[in-house]
Amino acid sequence: MIQFLSHIISGLSLGSIYAIIALGYSMVYGIAKMLNFAHGDVIMIGAYVSFSATQYFGMHPIASVVISVIMCTILGIAIEGFAYKPLRKATSLAVLITAIGMSYLLQNLALLIWGANPKSFTSVVGLGTLSLFGGEMHITSETIVTVLANIIIMIALTTFINKTKMGKAMRAVSEDKGAAELMGINVNLTISMTFAIGSALAAIAGVLLCSSYPSLMPTTGSMPGIKAFTAAVFGGIGSIPGALIGGLLLGLIEILGKAYVSDQLGDALVFAVLIIVLLVRPAGLLGKKVHEKV
Amino acid sequence: MKRKISKTFINNLITYAIVIIAFFICKLALSGDIEGFKMSRSLKGQLIPICVYIVMAVSLNLTVGISGELSLGHAGFMSIGAYAGIVASQWLGSAFPEANIDVVRLIAALISGGIAAGVAGFLIGIPVLRLRGDYLAIVTLAFGEIIRNLINCLYVSVEGGTLHTGFLLTSPLPGKKIIAGPMNTSGIDKLASFDAAFVVVLIALFVVLNLINSRSGRAIMASRDNRIAAESMGVNVTKYKMMAFVTSAALAGIAGAMYGLNTSIEPKKFGFDTSILILVFVVLGGIGSIRGSVIAATLLTVLPEVLREFGSYRMLVYAIVLILVMLARNSVFVKQILSIVTGCIKLIFKRSRRGEAS
Amino acid sequence: MTQRKSTTKMVAYPSFSIVPERDINKRPVLETRHLGIEFGGLKAVEDFNLTIGSTEIAGLIGPNGAGKTTVFNLLTKVYQPTTGTVLIDGKETSGMNTVQANRLGVARTSQNIRLFGNMSVEDNVRIGLHNQIPYNMFAGILRLPGYWKQEKKQHEKALELLSIFDMQDMASAKAGSLPYGAQRRLEIVRALATNPKILLLDEPAAGMNPHETEELMDNITKIRDQFQIAIMLIEHDMNLVMGICEGICVLNYGRIIAKGTASEIQSNPTVIEAYLGKKKEG
Repeated sequence: MIQFLSHIISGLSLGSIYAIIALGYSMVYGIAKMLNFAHGDVIMIGAYVSFSATQYFGMHPIASVVISVIMCTILGIAIEGFAYKPLRKATSLAVLITAIGMSYLLQNLALLIWGANPKSFTSVVGLGTLSLFGGEMHITSETIVTVLANIIIMIALTTFINKTKMGKAMRAVSEDKGAAELMGINVNLTISMTFAIGSALAAIAGVLLCSSYPSLMPTTGSMPGIKAFTAAVFGGIGSIPGALIGGLLLGLIEILGKAYVSDQLGDALVFAVLIIVLLVRPAGLLGKKVHEKV
Repeated sequence: MKRKISKTFINNLITYAIVIIAFFICKLALSGDIEGFKMSRSLKGQLIPICVYIVMAVSLNLTVGISGELSLGHAGFMSIGAYAGIVASQWLGSAFPEANIDVVRLIAALISGGIAAGVAGFLIGIPVLRLRGDYLAIVTLAFGEIIRNLINCLYVSVEGGTLHTGFLLTSPLPGKKIIAGPMNTSGIDKLASFDAAFVVVLIALFVVLNLINSRSGRAIMASRDNRIAAESMGVNVTKYKMMAFVTSAALAGIAGAMYGLNTSIEPKKFGFDTSILILVFVVLGGIGSIRGSVIAATLLTVLPEVLREFGSYRMLVYAIVLILVMLARNSVFVKQILSIVTGCIKLIFKRSRRGEAS
Repeated sequence: MTQRKSTTKMVAYPSFSIVPERDINKRPVLETRHLGIEFGGLKAVEDFNLTIGSTEIAGLIGPNGAGKTTVFNLLTKVYQPTTGTVLIDGKETSGMNTVQANRLGVARTSQNIRLFGNMSVEDNVRIGLHNQIPYNMFAGILRLPGYWKQEKKQHEKALELLSIFDMQDMASAKAGSLPYGAQRRLEIVRALATNPKILLLDEPAAGMNPHETEELMDNITKIRDQFQIAIMLIEHDMNLVMGICEGICVLNYGRIIAKGTASEIQSNPTVIEAYLGKKKEG
């Protein structure tokens, strides 16, 4: 029973990381209607920046997180401006391939800068472990911080989207780009802003991911990236609560599947659930079904 | 009207001609008959992979370009073909150990690879083709990963003509191991040859080009262009989407079987990265253009070899080339510059022609 | 404005409607009974009863948003009705899909053009011939004799159909690159290629100038006479509707408010009200 509980907790922790990454995918997809495949690699860069700041420059972990967020935000805006903006009018497939190229580029840059050997990431939290049930169950401080960070980000982002002018502009652009432009909304700025927020979140997710799973490599971001994207689709792409629910469920399924079904089939299980959900609810759990006018 | 038929005919002929001429040039370089015209060792090793990737790209183009459905799990079909081919050829080898039947074994491997992947394509197609657009893409991605995960747990061994299979094993199977879960395949007879791979390329081209220029191909393209209109013209859209999907999967399976009989493989090889790599061939070659797929698959397989002199910057340069090509092909700004340049060239040509005439 | 006088005599048909006298002893090509559809509680079409004779040219008119295109979508089984049923050539169609409805003999064009834009004009028509001149996938891939024979047949038939609108010269052009009017005509040819018993035209004259509309009217009558099929059209151009439609049905808020011949409809007070609004009292 206690073991099950601790699986649930690590599932929630992993799910929280997926949810934060999924937000980046979901927002970008909702607004720019593109699959930003490089998003997973922004996570990796975020983790490396934080790693370098603490290891090479001896910075305080919290300061390293701030640096990492700033760097990733700039990186996100740069990627968008350099590679995606010129393709606003191109087919979605062309943008997808460019995003894949961007992903290769980031991975290989990281490979050149930091090398292929895995770096051992020191947790930025490091507050020890919480023992419950007379020491039978341990909850690491990383887990608690991850889940808390997830909650704070979700609340902040929901408020931002619903209450601020920029948030409203984002919703308008995701609904109808042309109409938003006619209403005087600066579409390019809004899209850049979305990339900035998504990349900042990616930096946080990267640091949290590597705090819990400390091995850091140039390819660290790709698999969590793909899974987080499926989490976004799972919950209903474009929806913030969808990303939260999708991420958490995916994390739970993965941890429980690995624990109780088979360690090797955990990923297969995650994707099987995704397929079933999409077949039953083709727009994801919380997505809106769009009717095609005939 | 006669002109139109002959136009596609000539177009196809050019495609075949390019492939055949390239084959003979390679053969000549391999033979080393001409002084100073020899193929480098690393390039020699790439010949069969190039053929395999051409078939992969051509078959994926059938799904993405002709049928209009983005598939991100094409490597999954390749792996099914590869492992089915290995099992078929190894089983035949152990069942008839004395007979010299390498050609038969190769053909049997290719056919079983094609059939296994085709069946998988059909089974996966049933749920996948109910979805549209990006959701379809995600589900193909998911299936690709599931296939990889399952093969990761698959163990097959062969002993005197009988197959032993196991899933998620703890104890080893009796007989000679041929598939060992996440490990590399080893001890597989390398039955693949450049000639055979070339024939497979020709077959793939023949199937895909003929399919496109037939009633079924038109129905597939009509379903892509406008699903509702196609249905109201009496075209069974699901059937034709399935036809394209299964054909594409089967061809990928054949290519996979060839691949599995050429080098030692592991399930990891057929992950998402490989699916994307093939998609890159298709997009760079031009979506819907079969000849483009052939050329792009060849160039991009050779490119990392050529870039070897860049050393560790190799893949970085590859990524930059990829992004720049995409920008150049699609950006409005670059297009304008290109059109100005071509306009100037045309003008110069016209002038010079007029000059000749007068 | 030259007004064509409709000479057809319309007679009562023993169910819900009137059909031209010449069709009275033939099976009506289309019958709907209490047809209706709801979208989330909104009744888009309600109690729609109509009979169309086997060679009738019928018009479906009504203000914008009255549900005319929805009726077409019901007849072609793009939508499944929530109530009532459609009979095509006397055959019940409940549970059928668009493809099966087409095989029974319903073909349509659409309001916003739905051509296969990346394919040639001829290939568009060949898609219409898809079920008329068939051969299977393997004959196509292996280029069996059947392939060559049927391809030749398709080619000849496609050109013959294109010649109705004098479009055979454009056969190899890309459909998406044709001028607007030609695209509309091509849609009609493509629909005709499916060998329909009834042809549904959704605003065929939209975007045409008066001269082109005149030509279209001639062509619609010509198609009916040549192919001996029924044609039902949605149109806002009243000259066209009153000029060629023998039976006219007026739809408003999803309900039929009037049925009859052109002259009956023109003088029907309910119709005038629906189009122009109620006259102010006093």
